[in-house]
Amino acid sequence: MLAVQQPTEVPSPLSVPSNAPEHCPGTESELAGKSAACAGCANQEICASNTPKGPDPALPFIRERMSTVKRKILVLSGKGGVGKSTFTAQLGWAFAADEDVQTGIMDVDICGPSIPTILGIASEQVHSSSSGWSPVYVQDNLGVMSVGFMLPSSRDAIMWRGPKKNGLISQFLKDVDWGTLDYLLVDTPPGTSDEHLSIVQYLKESGIDGAVVITTPQEVALQDVRREIDFCRKVGIRVLGVVENMAGFVCPGCKTESQIFKPSTGGAKKLAEDMGLELLGSVPLDPRIGKSADYGVSFLDEYPDSPATTAYLNIIDRIKEILGDA
Amino acid sequence: MASQETPVSRRLKLIKHVIIVCSGKGGVGKSSVSAQLALSLHASSPTARVGILDVDLTGPSIPRMLGLAGHGVHQSSEGWVPVYADGAEARLACMSVGFLLKKKDDSVVWRGPKKNAMIRQFLSDVRWGELDYLVIDTPPGTSDEHLSLLEHMALVHDRLSAVIVTTPQAVALMDAMKCLSFTRTVSLPVLGIIENMSGYVCPCCGEISNVFSTGGGEDMARRENVPFLGSLPVDTELVTLLDAAEGAEGKDEKNSAQPNESAERSFRLLARYQRTSSADLMKPIVDVIMGTLPLVESSAQQP
Ligand SMILES: Nc1ncnc2c1ncn2[C@@H]1O[C@H](COP(=O)(O)OP(=O)(O)OP(=O)(O)O)[C@@H](O)[C@H]1O
Ligand SMILES: Nc1ncnc2c1ncn2[C@@H]1O[C@H](COP(=O)(O)OP(=O)(O)OP(=O)(O)O)[C@@H](O)[C@H]1O
Ligand code: SF4
Ligand SMILES: [Mg+2]
Ligand SMILES: [Mg+2]
Repeated sequence: MLAVQQPTEVPSPLSVPSNAPEHCPGTESELAGKSAACAGCANQEICASNTPKGPDPALPFIRERMSTVKRKILVLSGKGGVGKSTFTAQLGWAFAADEDVQTGIMDVDICGPSIPTILGIASEQVHSSSSGWSPVYVQDNLGVMSVGFMLPSSRDAIMWRGPKKNGLISQFLKDVDWGTLDYLLVDTPPGTSDEHLSIVQYLKESGIDGAVVITTPQEVALQDVRREIDFCRKVGIRVLGVVENMAGFVCPGCKTESQIFKPSTGGAKKLAEDMGLELLGSVPLDPRIGKSADYGVSFLDEYPDSPATTAYLNIIDRIKEILGDA
Repeated sequence: MASQETPVSRRLKLIKHVIIVCSGKGGVGKSSVSAQLALSLHASSPTARVGILDVDLTGPSIPRMLGLAGHGVHQSSEGWVPVYADGAEARLACMSVGFLLKKKDDSVVWRGPKKNAMIRQFLSDVRWGELDYLVIDTPPGTSDEHLSLLEHMALVHDRLSAVIVTTPQAVALMDAMKCLSFTRTVSLPVLGIIENMSGYVCPCCGEISNVFSTGGGEDMARRENVPFLGSLPVDTELVTLLDAAEGAEGKDEKNSAQPNESAERSFRLLARYQRTSSADLMKPIVDVIMGTLPLVESSAQQP
């Protein structure tokens, strides 16, 4: 017999009060009372008090470290496996191609760090000195920090709940001796959860210059990306633009292009239009990108003449232009 | 034992097998494999009763993939009523945070504790009824959602098992290995590994390209002494099917007004799925899973 239970009300994950403004993050959200949309809302005080937390003691130290970092850029996507880490790495290599530009890459994907492998430094370890944890250097002007450098073996799983992940992210920002940087690129895991909230909160004061949002062309990815853009708007992060990855595949046999992840709802172009964002460019699917990532070499350097390289470089130029660094 | 009964174990008493689909890496096909697994199990017998629970709370894909976007969850005296993908037949019950959102593009910005509470409610408050199989689609990683699932289902641990999905690239395999380490740490029996997106047949010339490489999943299974369930090549038809599952005629949203009609239409989804090449490849995988489930579970009961 089925035990009779008290019916529990079906919750609304967003529980938006009727008097709330349009972009209310929901009173159950971690952002309740704190998001950009909350400014001026009648409930702001009550909502903000639901999450009583004093200022994080790490904040002043983070501010100090970040004072020598010129630009902070997030690479985001609601969807998994769309190429965030690959793009972050290419962006890092491309920036660091200019030896006068100091670049840092911070990998906040705690459970699935790919950055060390993609950059070919998977066997490195983090060392600490009096000035903090020293990043692992791919080359003189490209320093990297990832939890991957802290594990005894790549087989080890990190089974952490949110607070521990947040603690590590705060350490990445306050304890790592980043030095003076022109760019700090942050690779994120998919979703809109602890890692994203933490990085936004910790960097709020120092300022985030913007986010590059990566997607693939099919609707299953786009729907998650719309949610991520909604998140950016709620927390007040500027979206620099959208990058479409794995768009179209040219058969090496017959040179015909086919769509593996067909843009059944208009792809990234339509998404960018609908959301009033710029489509920064489209990178085709090229098996050599995956190979380069697996071997830890720069695709841009290995295949300078490929259409994907051209696409990557155009996107990177456009990002610099938008930031005013071109 | 009775004193240990929890609202979750009371619900799960009626569920014979729970299959958790996981992978360390994002985008390798957990949700599509979960959806295919649920469809194939449903089709495995005219009386099979299947549930699919989507615990990817910040990136739910299951409603879209099963053509149920826009549906809502109702409340009854016996709990929340899941959305049935097969309409009146009511043998394929689905639950996802996607059904609880008013606007589909809203982001759900939750930290761990909220996720934990939601997962507990999915397990304790949903009127799953009697099920032969409950397939659980998880987000990437080994974090809050996974730990919460195992915690809340501790009393039915002997009915849990996992399927690990990976793609052939080294970066994906590395995360799949972490996922396998996780299952070992928490003593979750693994039914096997599926290698997804393994090879692509050019629709024009028929040449097979290893767009994402190939073979790594099988190697890993052999090395780690875990069953290899099979490879699923890149199937563009499948992408389109799961993307636009509302039906070729397109437009979604408006259908939500007539749940019956759209449920029926979505169950044309099963018929359409069965015509894909992926369905043929999935069938032997599902047969192996159904065959090994009792064995894996009984060996899990041994101390
Ligand atoms: N344009 C491309 N063509 C072919 N393969 C690609 C392309 N872009 C990325 N890849 C490959 O796809 C896989 C997923 O990419 P990546 O790991 O960068 O995604 P991600 O969004 O960081 O994933 P996660 O959500 O797990 O962090 C990798 O194996 C990568 O090498
Ligand atoms: N065998 C396949 N061939 C072609 N495309 C596939 C295949 N399997 C999955 N896909 C497509 O790849 C995309 C990613 O798959 P899916 O959403 O199932 O991955 P996931 O592991 O659940 O991702 P996430 O980590 O974001 O939850 C989807 O658009 C899906 O339709
Ligand atoms: S203060 Fe913010 S979270 Fe609270 S009701 Fe207003 S908009 Fe919503
Ligand atoms: Mg990544
Ligand atoms: Mg998924």
